[in-house]
Amino acid sequence: MNAHPNAILADPLTLYDAAPRSRLLLGTARYPSPAILAEAVRASACEVVTVSLRREAGGARAGESFWSLVRDTGARVLPNTAGCRTAKEAIATARMAREVFETDWIKLEVIGEEDTLQPDVFGLVEAAKALALDGFKVFPYTTDDLVAAEKLLDAGCEVLMPWAAPIGSGRGVNNAFALRALRAHFPGVPLIVDAGLGAPSHAATAMEMGYDAVLLNTAVARAGDPVAMARAFALAVEAGRLAFLARPMTPRDMAEPSTPVIGRPFGGAA
Amino acid sequence: MRIQVNGRPREVESTTLEALLRELGYEDQKVGTALNQEFVRDRDRDKTLLHEDDVVEIVTPRQGG
Repeated sequence: MNAHPNAILADPLTLYDAAPRSRLLLGTARYPSPAILAEAVRASACEVVTVSLRREAGGARAGESFWSLVRDTGARVLPNTAGCRTAKEAIATARMAREVFETDWIKLEVIGEEDTLQPDVFGLVEAAKALALDGFKVFPYTTDDLVAAEKLLDAGCEVLMPWAAPIGSGRGVNNAFALRALRAHFPGVPLIVDAGLGAPSHAATAMEMGYDAVLLNTAVARAGDPVAMARAFALAVEAGRLAFLARPMTPRDMAEPSTPVIGRPFGGAA
Repeated sequence: MRIQVNGRPREVESTTLEALLRELGYEDQKVGTALNQEFVRDRDRDKTLLHEDDVVEIVTPRQGG
């Protein structure tokens, strides 16, 4: 297939029952202000944003005003189970999220280790199984482990979200080999790189590897200018996708002249 | 009755989850609830009885990554 300049338009992404036009999914946390969050979402043109549930005192109403701001962006919400340490906590949180946000989408997180916030893939598979049976459309935040990925698909997940690096670290793709293996192993499964991206070039790298989308938060929210960075990521994601469709050249170890060698002046006898 | 609400011990009068939400001022707010780590649906709150040492979670939408 030739990548026509408009290839991106004829290249829809399918996430369960949705076909978002943007391959960037954005988190809503850690922005300098609610107004900047809303502007960043608009600048990124993303159509899916992640949200969470937290304890709130009666009458405080912070949740209500946040929810109304998110609704005004027009983006579809993907609630998370961030901070859950067990499958049981994650299942209860997912069910509360389904009722509060009125969606069966859930970004499933079961965290197994504090320093890296590494997913507990055992708890993740257990929770994914229960939630898929309960009618949820599960987006599991997982590691780049191939076997865990296989078990999540068996559990009923139709999308996988492997990490690039620990949440909020901004390190970019830590293990390109593992992410390539995952991509090659599951050619038909929508794969979203979630967590650890710090710069638009990291997002472009993931997309050039054939990932279907990226999900990020801190890299935009904690940038000096989150709105401009949201736009930069949107461009990088689109560039990376187009580059993947265009099939990048194979790297070589040695130089190969790009200018024709034949006919070079002073080139000796013809 | 002494129960735990959102991680804090509280002395409450309510005997159902529905009444507890009213007692604590959540009445007209959209919240999610769990009792002893099990989700409780909005429509089941009025028949969900509270007991001594129960652990209640009451949550609302928040920013997330």
